[in-house]
Amino acid sequence: MTFVTHRRSAVAVPTGPRRRSRLTGPTWSSLPYVAPALAFFAIFVIYPICVSVQTSFYNYDGLTVATFAGFSNYVNVFADSNLRAALGHSLLLLVFYAALPVCIGLLLAGAMSRIRIYGLTVFRALLFLPQILSSVVVAVAWRGMLASDGPVNWLLRHIGLGAFATSWLGNFNTALPSIGLIGTWVEYGLCMVLFLAGIVTIDRSLYEAARLDGAGPVREFFAITLPALRPQVSIALILTITFALRNFDLIWNTTRGGPGTSTTVPSLYVYLDAFQNRQLGQASALAVVLTIIILIVVAIVQVAVREPSAHPRRTRSLRRIQRDGSAR
Amino acid sequence: MKISVRESVGTHTLLVIAVFFAVYPLGSIIISSLQKASGPGIGWGNFSIAWNRGHFASALISSALVAASVVLITAIISCLAGYALATMRVPGGRLILGVLLVGLVLPYEVTVLPLYQMLSGWGLINTYWALILPQIGLSVPLGVFWMRAFFRSVPEEILEAARLDGASRLQTLRLALLPIAGPAIATLSTILFLFTWNEFLLALILIPDNQAVQTAPLALSFFSGTDRSSNPYVTAAAAVLVAVPIIIAYVVLQRRLITGLTSGAVK
Repeated sequence: MTFVTHRRSAVAVPTGPRRRSRLTGPTWSSLPYVAPALAFFAIFVIYPICVSVQTSFYNYDGLTVATFAGFSNYVNVFADSNLRAALGHSLLLLVFYAALPVCIGLLLAGAMSRIRIYGLTVFRALLFLPQILSSVVVAVAWRGMLASDGPVNWLLRHIGLGAFATSWLGNFNTALPSIGLIGTWVEYGLCMVLFLAGIVTIDRSLYEAARLDGAGPVREFFAITLPALRPQVSIALILTITFALRNFDLIWNTTRGGPGTSTTVPSLYVYLDAFQNRQLGQASALAVVLTIIILIVVAIVQVAVREPSAHPRRTRSLRRIQRDGSAR
Repeated sequence: MKISVRESVGTHTLLVIAVFFAVYPLGSIIISSLQKASGPGIGWGNFSIAWNRGHFASALISSALVAASVVLITAIISCLAGYALATMRVPGGRLILGVLLVGLVLPYEVTVLPLYQMLSGWGLINTYWALILPQIGLSVPLGVFWMRAFFRSVPEEILEAARLDGASRLQTLRLALLPIAGPAIATLSTILFLFTWNEFLLALILIPDNQAVQTAPLALSFFSGTDRSSNPYVTAAAAVLVAVPIIIAYVVLQRRLITGLTSGAVK
Protein backbone atom coordinates (compact mmCIF):
# COMPACT_ATOMS: atom_id res chain seq x y z
CA MET A 1 0.00 0.00 0.00
CA THR A 2 2.80 2.41 0.78
CA PHE A 3 4.25 1.59 -2.55
CA VAL A 4 5.40 5.04 -3.47
CA THR A 5 7.47 5.29 -0.33
CA HIS A 6 10.62 4.42 -2.18
CA ARG A 7 10.40 7.55 -4.24
CA ARG A 8 10.41 9.61 -1.10
CA SER A 9 13.24 7.67 0.40
CA ALA A 10 15.29 8.07 -2.75
CA VAL A 11 15.06 11.80 -2.28
CA ALA A 12 15.51 11.89 1.45
CA VAL A 13 18.27 9.36 1.97
CA PRO A 14 21.34 11.60 1.58
CA THR A 15 20.36 14.00 4.34
CA GLY A 16 18.21 12.03 6.77
CA PRO A 17 19.25 8.60 7.96
CA ARG A 18 22.90 8.78 6.91
CA ARG A 19 23.54 11.70 9.17
CA ARG A 20 21.56 10.06 11.90
CA SER A 21 23.25 6.73 11.67
CA ARG A 22 26.72 8.17 11.78
CA LEU A 23 25.80 9.59 15.15
CA THR A 24 24.26 6.37 16.40
CA GLY A 25 27.45 4.57 15.56
CA PRO A 26 28.21 1.11 14.27
CA THR A 27 25.51 -0.96 12.84
CA TRP A 28 25.71 -4.71 13.15
CA SER A 29 23.96 -4.30 16.47
CA SER A 30 20.91 -3.03 14.58
CA LEU A 31 20.30 -6.48 13.12
CA PRO A 32 18.36 -7.85 16.13
CA TYR A 33 15.75 -5.15 15.49
CA VAL A 34 15.28 -6.18 11.89
CA ALA A 35 15.69 -9.91 12.39
CA PRO A 36 12.19 -10.95 13.57
CA ALA A 37 10.42 -9.17 10.71
CA LEU A 38 12.91 -10.45 8.18
CA ALA A 39 12.65 -13.99 9.53
CA PHE A 40 8.87 -14.05 9.06
CA PHE A 41 9.18 -12.53 5.60
CA ALA A 42 11.94 -14.92 4.57
CA ILE A 43 10.25 -18.08 5.83
CA PHE A 44 6.69 -17.38 4.76
CA VAL A 45 7.19 -15.30 1.61
CA ILE A 46 10.66 -15.55 0.08
CA TYR A 47 11.22 -19.25 0.69
CA PRO A 48 7.79 -20.22 -0.74
CA ILE A 49 8.48 -18.10 -3.82
CA CYS A 50 11.78 -19.89 -4.37
CA VAL A 51 10.02 -23.24 -4.01
CA SER A 52 7.38 -22.11 -6.52
CA VAL A 53 10.05 -21.14 -9.03
CA GLN A 54 11.80 -24.47 -8.54
CA THR A 55 8.57 -26.51 -8.79
CA SER A 56 7.64 -24.68 -11.97
CA PHE A 57 10.48 -26.48 -13.80
CA TYR A 58 9.19 -29.94 -12.88
CA ASN A 59 6.32 -32.23 -13.67
CA TYR A 60 5.02 -33.08 -10.25
CA ASP A 61 1.76 -34.50 -8.95
CA GLY A 62 2.63 -34.06 -5.28
CA LEU A 63 2.97 -37.81 -4.67
CA THR A 64 5.29 -39.53 -7.11
CA VAL A 65 8.82 -38.46 -7.96
CA ALA A 66 9.02 -35.18 -9.84
CA THR A 67 10.62 -35.20 -13.29
CA PHE A 68 12.47 -32.27 -14.75
CA ALA A 69 10.34 -30.48 -17.32
CA GLY A 70 12.52 -27.58 -18.46
CA PHE A 71 10.45 -24.67 -19.65
CA SER A 72 7.53 -26.80 -20.80
CA ASN A 73 5.23 -25.59 -18.00
CA TYR A 74 5.97 -22.03 -19.02
CA VAL A 75 5.38 -22.81 -22.68
CA ASN A 76 2.05 -24.30 -21.66
CA VAL A 77 0.98 -21.10 -19.92
CA PHE A 78 0.93 -19.42 -23.31
CA ALA A 79 0.23 -22.43 -25.54
CA ASP A 80 -2.61 -24.08 -23.65
CA SER A 81 -5.84 -22.63 -25.03
CA ASN A 82 -7.56 -22.69 -21.62
CA LEU A 83 -4.76 -20.81 -19.91
CA ARG A 84 -4.49 -18.37 -22.77
CA ALA A 85 -8.21 -17.71 -22.55
CA ALA A 86 -7.83 -17.11 -18.81
CA LEU A 87 -5.11 -14.52 -19.47
CA GLY A 88 -7.41 -12.91 -22.02
CA HIS A 89 -10.24 -12.73 -19.48
CA SER A 90 -7.85 -11.02 -17.07
CA LEU A 91 -7.02 -8.38 -19.67
CA LEU A 92 -10.70 -7.66 -20.26
CA LEU A 93 -11.26 -7.46 -16.51
CA LEU A 94 -8.50 -4.83 -16.32
CA VAL A 95 -10.84 -2.47 -18.19
CA PHE A 96 -13.61 -3.03 -15.66
CA TYR A 97 -11.48 -3.24 -12.53
CA ALA A 98 -8.95 -0.50 -13.24
CA ALA A 99 -9.77 1.74 -16.22
CA LEU A 100 -13.47 2.28 -15.48
CA PRO A 101 -13.12 2.99 -11.75
CA VAL A 102 -10.24 5.42 -12.33
CA CYS A 103 -12.22 7.25 -15.05
CA ILE A 104 -15.38 7.42 -12.94
CA GLY A 105 -13.31 8.56 -9.99
CA LEU A 106 -11.57 11.26 -12.00
CA LEU A 107 -14.81 12.50 -13.54
CA LEU A 108 -16.50 12.87 -10.17
CA ALA A 109 -13.40 14.23 -8.51
CA GLY A 110 -13.10 16.79 -11.30
CA ALA A 111 -16.68 17.89 -10.69
CA MET A 112 -16.10 18.01 -6.95
CA SER A 113 -12.95 20.10 -7.21
CA ARG A 114 -15.07 23.00 -8.43
CA ILE A 115 -17.44 23.33 -5.51
CA ARG A 116 -17.63 23.17 -1.76
CA ILE A 117 -18.97 19.75 -0.83
CA TYR A 118 -21.39 19.41 2.03
CA GLY A 119 -21.22 16.24 4.09
CA LEU A 120 -17.91 15.15 2.57
CA THR A 121 -17.08 12.81 5.47
CA VAL A 122 -20.36 10.94 5.13
CA PHE A 123 -20.06 10.64 1.34
CA ARG A 124 -16.50 9.42 1.70
CA ALA A 125 -17.37 6.82 4.33
CA LEU A 126 -20.25 5.42 2.27
CA LEU A 127 -18.29 5.38 -1.00
CA PHE A 128 -15.52 3.45 0.70
CA LEU A 129 -17.90 0.81 2.08
CA PRO A 130 -17.43 -1.79 -0.72
CA GLN A 131 -13.70 -1.84 0.04
CA ILE A 132 -14.07 -3.05 3.60
CA LEU A 133 -16.48 -5.90 2.90
CA SER A 134 -15.13 -9.40 2.57
CA SER A 135 -15.11 -10.49 -1.07
CA VAL A 136 -17.31 -13.42 -0.07
CA VAL A 137 -19.95 -11.03 1.24
CA VAL A 138 -19.63 -9.01 -1.97
CA ALA A 139 -20.09 -12.19 -3.98
CA VAL A 140 -23.20 -13.24 -2.06
CA ALA A 141 -24.69 -9.76 -2.38
CA TRP A 142 -24.09 -9.59 -6.13
CA ARG A 143 -25.28 -13.13 -6.76
CA GLY A 144 -28.55 -11.89 -5.33
CA MET A 145 -28.45 -8.64 -7.32
CA LEU A 146 -27.81 -10.44 -10.62
CA ALA A 147 -30.06 -13.48 -10.08
CA SER A 148 -32.84 -14.06 -12.59
CA ASP A 149 -35.36 -12.73 -10.06
CA GLY A 150 -32.96 -10.16 -8.60
CA PRO A 151 -33.16 -6.35 -8.46
CA VAL A 152 -31.26 -5.78 -11.72
CA ASN A 153 -33.72 -7.78 -13.78
CA TRP A 154 -36.62 -6.30 -11.83
CA LEU A 155 -35.44 -2.84 -12.84
CA LEU A 156 -35.00 -3.88 -16.49
CA ARG A 157 -38.52 -5.29 -16.62
CA HIS A 158 -39.97 -2.15 -15.07
CA ILE A 159 -38.37 0.21 -17.55
CA GLY A 160 -39.48 -1.89 -20.48
CA LEU A 161 -36.18 -3.63 -21.15
CA GLY A 162 -37.41 -7.00 -19.89
CA ALA A 163 -36.09 -8.60 -23.07
CA PHE A 164 -32.55 -8.08 -21.74
CA ALA A 165 -33.26 -9.70 -18.40
CA THR A 166 -31.18 -12.83 -17.94
CA SER A 167 -29.40 -14.86 -15.33
CA TRP A 168 -26.38 -12.58 -15.56
CA LEU A 169 -23.78 -14.84 -13.95
CA GLY A 170 -25.14 -17.99 -15.57
CA ASN A 171 -25.13 -16.74 -19.15
CA PHE A 172 -22.06 -17.42 -21.30
CA ASN A 173 -22.16 -13.95 -22.85
CA THR A 174 -22.85 -11.87 -19.78
CA ALA A 175 -20.97 -13.66 -16.98
CA LEU A 176 -17.56 -12.08 -17.56
CA PRO A 177 -18.77 -8.48 -18.01
CA SER A 178 -21.03 -8.96 -14.98
CA ILE A 179 -18.05 -9.95 -12.86
CA GLY A 180 -16.23 -6.97 -14.34
CA LEU A 181 -18.99 -4.65 -13.19
CA ILE A 182 -18.83 -6.10 -9.69
CA GLY A 183 -15.14 -5.18 -9.76
CA THR A 184 -15.99 -1.67 -10.94
CA TRP A 185 -18.41 -1.42 -8.04
CA VAL A 186 -15.76 -2.52 -5.53
CA GLU A 187 -13.11 -0.16 -6.84
CA TYR A 188 -14.71 3.13 -7.89
CA GLY A 189 -15.30 4.28 -4.33
CA LEU A 190 -11.66 3.66 -3.48
CA CYS A 191 -10.56 5.71 -6.50
CA MET A 192 -12.89 8.58 -5.64
CA VAL A 193 -11.77 8.65 -2.02
CA LEU A 194 -8.12 8.65 -3.07
CA PHE A 195 -8.70 11.47 -5.57
CA LEU A 196 -10.77 13.48 -3.10
CA ALA A 197 -7.90 13.30 -0.63
CA GLY A 198 -5.61 14.62 -3.36
CA ILE A 199 -7.93 17.43 -4.36
CA VAL A 200 -8.08 18.77 -0.83
CA THR A 201 -4.34 19.46 -1.03
CA ILE A 202 -4.55 21.47 -4.27
CA ASP A 203 -3.97 25.18 -3.77
CA ARG A 204 -7.37 26.86 -4.27
CA SER A 205 -5.74 29.94 -5.74
CA LEU A 206 -4.82 27.88 -8.81
CA TYR A 207 -8.50 27.43 -9.56
CA GLU A 208 -9.24 31.10 -8.98
CA ALA A 209 -6.42 32.05 -11.28
CA ALA A 210 -7.60 29.63 -13.94
CA ARG A 211 -11.10 31.00 -13.75
CA LEU A 212 -9.91 34.58 -14.00
CA ASP A 213 -7.99 33.39 -17.04
CA GLY A 214 -11.30 32.23 -18.46
CA ALA A 215 -10.55 28.53 -18.29
CA GLY A 216 -13.66 26.35 -18.47
CA PRO A 217 -14.28 23.24 -16.41
CA VAL A 218 -12.58 20.99 -18.96
CA ARG A 219 -9.39 23.03 -19.19
CA GLU A 220 -9.34 23.45 -15.45
CA PHE A 221 -9.49 19.68 -15.09
CA PHE A 222 -6.63 18.99 -17.50
CA ALA A 223 -4.45 21.92 -16.44
CA ILE A 224 -4.81 21.71 -12.66
CA THR A 225 -6.76 18.79 -11.24
CA LEU A 226 -5.32 15.94 -13.30
CA PRO A 227 -1.63 16.90 -13.00
CA ALA A 228 -2.02 17.45 -9.27
CA LEU A 229 -3.58 14.02 -8.83
CA ARG A 230 -0.67 12.13 -10.40
CA PRO A 231 0.42 10.37 -7.21
CA GLN A 232 -3.15 9.36 -6.45
CA VAL A 233 -3.80 8.13 -9.99
CA SER A 234 -0.62 6.11 -9.84
CA ILE A 235 -1.53 4.44 -6.56
CA ALA A 236 -5.14 3.89 -7.68
CA LEU A 237 -3.92 2.14 -10.83
CA ILE A 238 -1.49 -0.03 -8.91
CA LEU A 239 -4.13 -1.09 -6.39
CA THR A 240 -6.88 -1.73 -8.93
CA ILE A 241 -4.64 -3.52 -11.44
CA THR A 242 -3.19 -5.81 -8.78
CA PHE A 243 -6.71 -6.56 -7.61
CA ALA A 244 -7.84 -7.28 -11.18
CA LEU A 245 -4.97 -9.61 -11.97
CA ARG A 246 -5.36 -11.62 -8.76
CA ASN A 247 -9.10 -11.74 -8.43
CA PHE A 248 -9.48 -15.28 -7.09
CA ASP A 249 -11.94 -14.66 -4.26
CA LEU A 250 -14.65 -12.94 -6.22
CA ILE A 251 -14.68 -15.44 -9.09
CA TRP A 252 -14.47 -18.47 -6.81
CA ASN A 253 -17.50 -17.27 -4.88
CA THR A 254 -19.61 -16.22 -7.85
CA THR A 255 -19.04 -18.44 -10.89
CA ARG A 256 -16.02 -20.68 -10.15
CA GLY A 257 -14.93 -19.93 -13.69
CA GLY A 258 -18.23 -20.95 -15.28
CA PRO A 259 -20.46 -21.21 -17.12
CA GLY A 260 -18.12 -23.46 -19.09
CA THR A 261 -14.79 -21.67 -18.95
CA SER A 262 -16.21 -18.23 -19.69
CA THR A 263 -14.96 -16.55 -16.49
CA THR A 264 -11.71 -18.40 -15.79
CA VAL A 265 -8.69 -16.36 -14.69
CA PRO A 266 -5.06 -17.38 -14.03
CA SER A 267 -5.38 -17.41 -10.24
CA LEU A 268 -8.31 -19.81 -10.52
CA TYR A 269 -6.14 -22.24 -12.50
CA VAL A 270 -3.34 -21.84 -9.98
CA TYR A 271 -5.74 -23.13 -7.36
CA LEU A 272 -7.33 -25.84 -9.52
CA ASP A 273 -4.03 -27.16 -10.90
CA ALA A 274 -2.42 -27.17 -7.48
CA PHE A 275 -5.21 -28.64 -5.38
CA GLN A 276 -7.54 -30.50 -7.72
CA ASN A 277 -5.75 -31.51 -10.92
CA ARG A 278 -2.50 -32.28 -9.07
CA GLN A 279 -0.37 -30.53 -11.67
CA LEU A 280 1.86 -28.74 -9.22
CA GLY A 281 4.51 -27.74 -11.75
CA GLN A 282 1.94 -26.18 -14.05
CA ALA A 283 0.29 -24.33 -11.16
CA SER A 284 3.64 -22.96 -10.02
CA ALA A 285 4.64 -21.80 -13.50
CA LEU A 286 1.33 -20.00 -13.85
CA ALA A 287 1.73 -18.36 -10.43
CA VAL A 288 5.23 -17.21 -11.33
CA VAL A 289 4.03 -15.77 -14.65
CA LEU A 290 1.19 -14.00 -12.84
CA THR A 291 3.67 -12.49 -10.37
CA ILE A 292 5.97 -11.31 -13.14
CA ILE A 293 3.08 -9.76 -15.05
CA ILE A 294 1.96 -7.87 -11.93
CA LEU A 295 5.49 -6.61 -11.23
CA ILE A 296 5.91 -5.47 -14.84
CA VAL A 297 2.56 -3.68 -14.89
CA VAL A 298 3.30 -1.96 -11.59
CA ALA A 299 6.69 -0.86 -12.92
CA ILE A 300 5.06 0.48 -16.09
CA VAL A 301 2.51 2.46 -14.07
CA GLN A 302 5.28 3.87 -11.88
CA VAL A 303 7.19 5.07 -14.91
CA ALA A 304 4.18 6.25 -16.92
CA VAL A 305 2.53 8.27 -14.17
CA ARG A 306 5.62 10.16 -13.04
CA GLU A 307 5.82 13.22 -10.89
CA PRO A 308 5.00 16.50 -12.68
CA SER A 309 8.67 17.50 -12.57
CA ALA A 310 9.29 14.99 -15.33
CA HIS A 311 6.89 16.98 -17.53
CA PRO A 312 8.18 20.54 -17.57
CA ARG A 313 5.57 21.69 -20.04
CA ARG A 314 2.71 21.00 -17.68
CA THR A 315 4.38 22.60 -14.70
CA ARG A 316 5.13 25.66 -16.74
CA SER A 317 1.51 26.08 -17.75
CA LEU A 318 0.58 25.64 -14.09
CA ARG A 319 3.04 28.26 -13.04
CA ARG A 320 1.85 30.61 -15.73
CA ILE A 321 -1.70 30.34 -14.48
CA GLN A 322 -0.55 30.98 -10.96
CA ARG A 323 1.59 33.98 -11.94
CA ASP A 324 -1.12 35.50 -14.09
CA GLY A 325 -3.56 35.00 -11.27
CA SER A 326 -1.47 36.75 -8.68
CA ALA A 327 -0.58 39.57 -11.07
CA ARG A 328 -4.15 40.61 -11.33
CA MET B 1 -15.14 32.93 -6.45
CA LYS B 2 -18.71 31.98 -7.23
CA ILE B 3 -19.83 28.77 -8.78
CA SER B 4 -23.42 28.62 -9.81
CA VAL B 5 -25.88 27.01 -7.44
CA ARG B 6 -27.00 24.81 -10.29
CA GLU B 7 -23.55 23.28 -10.65
CA SER B 8 -23.32 22.70 -6.93
CA VAL B 9 -26.67 20.95 -6.86
CA GLY B 10 -25.76 18.93 -9.95
CA THR B 11 -22.50 17.70 -8.45
CA HIS B 12 -24.14 16.80 -5.17
CA THR B 13 -26.78 14.87 -7.08
CA LEU B 14 -24.03 12.96 -8.87
CA LEU B 15 -22.44 12.18 -5.52
CA VAL B 16 -25.72 10.94 -4.09
CA ILE B 17 -26.15 8.65 -7.10
CA ALA B 18 -22.60 7.33 -6.69
CA VAL B 19 -23.26 6.67 -3.01
CA PHE B 20 -26.56 4.98 -3.81
CA PHE B 21 -24.79 2.52 -6.11
CA ALA B 22 -22.10 1.90 -3.53
CA VAL B 23 -24.57 1.12 -0.77
CA TYR B 24 -27.45 -0.56 -2.57
CA PRO B 25 -26.10 -4.15 -2.85
CA LEU B 26 -25.38 -4.27 0.87
CA GLY B 27 -28.78 -2.77 1.62
CA SER B 28 -30.44 -5.35 -0.58
CA ILE B 29 -28.95 -8.31 1.31
CA ILE B 30 -29.90 -6.72 4.61
CA ILE B 31 -33.48 -6.41 3.35
CA SER B 32 -33.53 -10.01 2.07
CA SER B 33 -32.08 -11.29 5.31
CA LEU B 34 -35.03 -9.83 7.22
CA GLN B 35 -37.70 -11.40 4.98
CA LYS B 36 -39.80 -14.16 6.40
CA ALA B 37 -39.40 -17.50 4.65
CA SER B 38 -43.15 -17.86 4.38
CA GLY B 39 -45.48 -14.95 3.89
CA PRO B 40 -44.92 -11.21 4.24
CA GLY B 41 -43.43 -9.31 7.13
CA ILE B 42 -39.96 -9.16 8.58
CA GLY B 43 -38.23 -11.11 11.31
CA TRP B 44 -34.98 -12.48 12.63
CA GLY B 45 -35.77 -16.09 11.69
CA ASN B 46 -33.20 -16.30 8.89
CA PHE B 47 -30.45 -15.21 11.21
CA SER B 48 -31.06 -17.94 13.75
CA ILE B 49 -31.20 -20.57 10.98
CA ALA B 50 -27.94 -19.30 9.46
CA TRP B 51 -26.29 -18.93 12.87
CA ASN B 52 -27.06 -22.52 13.84
CA ARG B 53 -26.45 -24.21 10.51
CA GLY B 54 -23.38 -22.26 9.39
CA HIS B 55 -21.34 -22.48 12.62
CA PHE B 56 -20.82 -18.74 12.52
CA ALA B 57 -20.27 -18.37 16.24
CA SER B 58 -17.04 -20.34 16.08
CA ALA B 59 -16.16 -18.78 12.70
CA LEU B 60 -16.38 -15.23 14.05
CA ILE B 61 -14.29 -16.19 17.07
CA SER B 62 -11.70 -17.82 14.80
CA SER B 63 -11.52 -14.74 12.61
CA ALA B 64 -11.12 -12.46 15.60
CA LEU B 65 -8.44 -14.67 17.11
CA VAL B 66 -6.43 -14.96 13.89
CA ALA B 67 -6.74 -11.27 13.03
CA ALA B 68 -5.81 -10.13 16.55
CA SER B 69 -2.73 -12.38 16.66
CA VAL B 70 -1.53 -11.28 13.23
CA VAL B 71 -2.05 -7.60 14.04
CA LEU B 72 -0.33 -7.80 17.42
CA ILE B 73 2.76 -9.68 16.29
CA THR B 74 3.09 -7.75 13.02
CA ALA B 75 2.82 -4.44 14.84
CA ILE B 76 5.56 -5.37 17.30
CA ILE B 77 8.07 -6.71 14.79
CA SER B 78 7.29 -3.90 12.33
CA CYS B 79 7.96 -1.27 15.00
CA LEU B 80 11.34 -2.81 15.74
CA ALA B 81 12.33 -3.17 12.09
CA GLY B 82 10.89 0.19 11.04
CA TYR B 83 12.74 1.89 13.89
CA ALA B 84 16.04 0.32 12.89
CA LEU B 85 15.60 1.04 9.18
CA ALA B 86 14.66 4.65 9.88
CA THR B 87 17.30 5.59 12.43
CA MET B 88 20.24 3.20 12.12
CA ARG B 89 22.53 2.14 9.34
CA VAL B 90 21.32 -1.42 8.94
CA PRO B 91 23.71 -3.62 6.94
CA GLY B 92 22.03 -4.28 3.58
CA GLY B 93 19.25 -1.85 4.48
CA ARG B 94 18.67 -0.80 0.90
CA LEU B 95 18.39 -4.39 -0.22
CA ILE B 96 15.98 -5.17 2.60
CA LEU B 97 13.77 -2.24 1.65
CA GLY B 98 13.85 -3.20 -2.02
CA VAL B 99 12.81 -6.77 -1.31
CA LEU B 100 10.03 -5.64 1.04
CA LEU B 101 8.85 -3.22 -1.62
CA VAL B 102 8.31 -6.09 -4.03
CA GLY B 103 6.50 -7.88 -1.20
CA LEU B 104 3.92 -5.07 -1.14
CA VAL B 105 2.43 -5.98 -4.51
CA LEU B 106 3.11 -9.71 -4.51
CA PRO B 107 0.13 -11.93 -5.37
CA TYR B 108 -0.43 -14.50 -2.61
CA GLU B 109 -1.02 -17.09 -5.33
CA VAL B 110 2.71 -17.57 -5.80
CA THR B 111 3.20 -18.52 -2.15
CA VAL B 112 0.16 -20.66 -1.34
CA LEU B 113 1.21 -24.02 -2.75
CA PRO B 114 4.64 -24.13 -1.05
CA LEU B 115 3.03 -22.77 2.13
CA TYR B 116 0.58 -25.65 2.06
CA GLN B 117 3.37 -28.20 1.64
CA MET B 118 5.55 -26.58 4.27
CA LEU B 119 2.79 -26.25 6.85
CA SER B 120 1.53 -29.77 6.30
CA GLY B 121 5.11 -30.94 6.86
CA TRP B 122 4.97 -29.15 10.20
CA GLY B 123 1.56 -30.66 10.96
CA LEU B 124 -0.05 -27.22 11.17
CA ILE B 125 -2.64 -27.47 8.40
CA ASN B 126 -6.15 -26.98 9.81
CA THR B 127 -4.82 -25.12 12.85
CA TYR B 128 -4.85 -21.41 13.70
CA TRP B 129 -1.10 -21.32 13.17
CA ALA B 130 -1.53 -22.13 9.49
CA LEU B 131 -3.30 -18.80 9.10
CA ILE B 132 -1.44 -16.71 11.65
CA LEU B 133 2.18 -17.41 10.69
CA PRO B 134 1.97 -16.85 6.90
CA GLN B 135 -0.18 -13.76 7.29
CA ILE B 136 2.39 -12.20 9.60
CA GLY B 137 4.99 -12.79 6.91
CA LEU B 138 2.74 -11.31 4.23
CA SER B 139 1.87 -8.27 6.39
CA VAL B 140 5.46 -7.46 7.27
CA PRO B 141 6.21 -5.33 4.14
CA LEU B 142 3.29 -2.98 4.78
CA GLY B 143 4.03 -2.85 8.50
CA VAL B 144 7.73 -2.11 8.12
CA PHE B 145 7.22 0.59 5.48
CA TRP B 146 4.49 2.14 7.56
CA MET B 147 6.48 2.31 10.78
CA ARG B 148 9.66 3.35 9.00
CA ALA B 149 7.80 6.26 7.40
CA PHE B 150 6.56 7.27 10.84
CA PHE B 151 9.94 7.04 12.58
CA ARG B 152 11.55 9.06 9.80
CA SER B 153 9.00 11.81 10.35
CA VAL B 154 9.96 12.14 14.02
CA PRO B 155 12.04 15.30 14.57
CA GLU B 156 15.75 14.61 14.98
CA GLU B 157 15.71 16.60 18.24
CA ILE B 158 13.72 13.94 20.05
CA LEU B 159 16.30 11.26 19.25
CA GLU B 160 19.08 13.67 20.12
CA ALA B 161 17.53 14.52 23.46
CA ALA B 162 17.05 10.87 24.33
CA ARG B 163 20.68 10.20 23.46
CA LEU B 164 21.91 13.06 25.60
CA ASP B 165 19.89 11.67 28.49
CA GLY B 166 21.89 8.51 28.10
CA ALA B 167 19.07 6.36 26.75
CA SER B 168 20.03 3.19 24.91
CA ARG B 169 18.52 2.57 21.50
CA LEU B 170 15.86 0.28 22.89
CA GLN B 171 15.08 2.80 25.62
CA THR B 172 14.82 5.55 23.04
CA LEU B 173 12.25 3.48 21.17
CA ARG B 174 10.33 2.49 24.26
CA LEU B 175 10.35 5.73 26.22
CA ALA B 176 10.65 8.48 23.62
CA LEU B 177 9.15 7.15 20.39
CA LEU B 178 6.42 4.65 21.23
CA PRO B 179 4.44 7.17 23.32
CA ILE B 180 4.06 9.38 20.26
CA ALA B 181 3.64 6.50 17.80
CA GLY B 182 0.13 5.65 19.02
CA PRO B 183 -1.84 7.05 16.08
CA ALA B 184 0.49 5.54 13.46
CA ILE B 185 0.34 2.11 15.11
CA ALA B 186 -3.43 2.34 15.52
CA THR B 187 -3.96 3.12 11.84
CA LEU B 188 -1.62 0.35 10.77
CA SER B 189 -3.41 -2.08 13.07
CA THR B 190 -6.79 -1.10 11.65
CA ILE B 191 -5.64 -1.71 8.08
CA LEU B 192 -3.97 -5.01 8.92
CA PHE B 193 -7.02 -6.15 10.86
CA LEU B 194 -9.25 -5.46 7.89
CA PHE B 195 -7.00 -7.32 5.45
CA THR B 196 -6.57 -10.30 7.76
CA TRP B 197 -10.24 -10.52 8.63
CA ASN B 198 -11.21 -10.58 4.95
CA GLU B 199 -8.48 -12.91 3.66
CA PHE B 200 -10.05 -15.79 1.79
CA LEU B 201 -7.59 -17.66 -0.43
CA LEU B 202 -5.20 -18.56 2.39
CA ALA B 203 -8.05 -19.75 4.59
CA LEU B 204 -9.49 -21.86 1.78
CA ILE B 205 -6.18 -23.60 1.20
CA LEU B 206 -4.70 -23.82 4.67
CA ILE B 207 -7.90 -24.67 6.60
CA PRO B 208 -9.43 -27.12 4.10
CA ASP B 209 -11.50 -29.25 6.46
CA ASN B 210 -11.64 -28.22 10.07
CA GLN B 211 -14.87 -26.46 10.88
CA ALA B 212 -13.68 -25.38 14.32
CA VAL B 213 -10.89 -23.25 12.85
CA GLN B 214 -12.69 -21.85 9.77
CA THR B 215 -12.72 -18.07 9.52
CA ALA B 216 -15.92 -16.14 8.89
CA PRO B 217 -15.43 -15.54 5.13
CA LEU B 218 -14.57 -19.21 4.62
CA ALA B 219 -17.59 -20.36 6.62
CA LEU B 220 -19.77 -18.06 4.53
CA SER B 221 -18.28 -19.38 1.31
CA PHE B 222 -19.00 -23.01 2.29
CA PHE B 223 -22.42 -22.12 3.62
CA SER B 224 -23.54 -20.18 0.55
CA GLY B 225 -22.00 -22.76 -1.76
CA THR B 226 -23.86 -25.70 -0.31
CA ASP B 227 -26.99 -23.73 0.39
CA ARG B 228 -27.22 -22.12 -3.00
CA SER B 229 -30.26 -24.10 -4.07
CA SER B 230 -32.13 -23.67 -0.81
CA ASN B 231 -33.10 -20.40 0.77
CA PRO B 232 -31.53 -17.18 -0.55
CA TYR B 233 -32.84 -15.25 2.45
CA VAL B 234 -30.88 -17.46 4.82
CA THR B 235 -27.76 -17.02 2.70
CA ALA B 236 -28.29 -13.27 2.83
CA ALA B 237 -28.61 -13.47 6.61
CA ALA B 238 -25.35 -15.40 6.79
CA ALA B 239 -23.61 -12.74 4.68
CA VAL B 240 -24.93 -10.02 6.98
CA LEU B 241 -23.65 -11.95 10.02
CA VAL B 242 -20.17 -12.01 8.52
CA ALA B 243 -20.31 -8.36 7.45
CA VAL B 244 -21.70 -6.88 10.68
CA PRO B 245 -18.59 -7.00 12.90
CA ILE B 246 -16.46 -5.38 10.24
CA ILE B 247 -19.12 -2.74 9.52
CA ILE B 248 -19.36 -1.88 13.23
CA ALA B 249 -15.59 -1.57 13.42
CA TYR B 250 -15.70 0.56 10.28
CA VAL B 251 -18.29 2.95 11.69
CA VAL B 252 -16.04 3.51 14.70
CA LEU B 253 -12.73 3.69 12.85
CA GLN B 254 -13.62 4.92 9.35
CA ARG B 255 -11.99 8.32 9.64
CA ARG B 256 -8.69 6.85 10.82
CA LEU B 257 -8.88 4.07 8.25
CA ILE B 258 -9.64 6.24 5.24
CA THR B 259 -7.19 9.02 5.99
CA GLY B 260 -4.62 6.39 6.86
CA LEU B 261 -5.12 4.47 3.65
CA THR B 262 -5.22 7.48 1.38
CA SER B 263 -2.32 9.39 2.88
CA GLY B 264 -0.30 6.27 3.63
CA ALA B 265 -0.73 5.00 0.09
CA VAL B 266 0.60 8.17 -1.43
CA LYS B 267 3.28 8.72 1.14
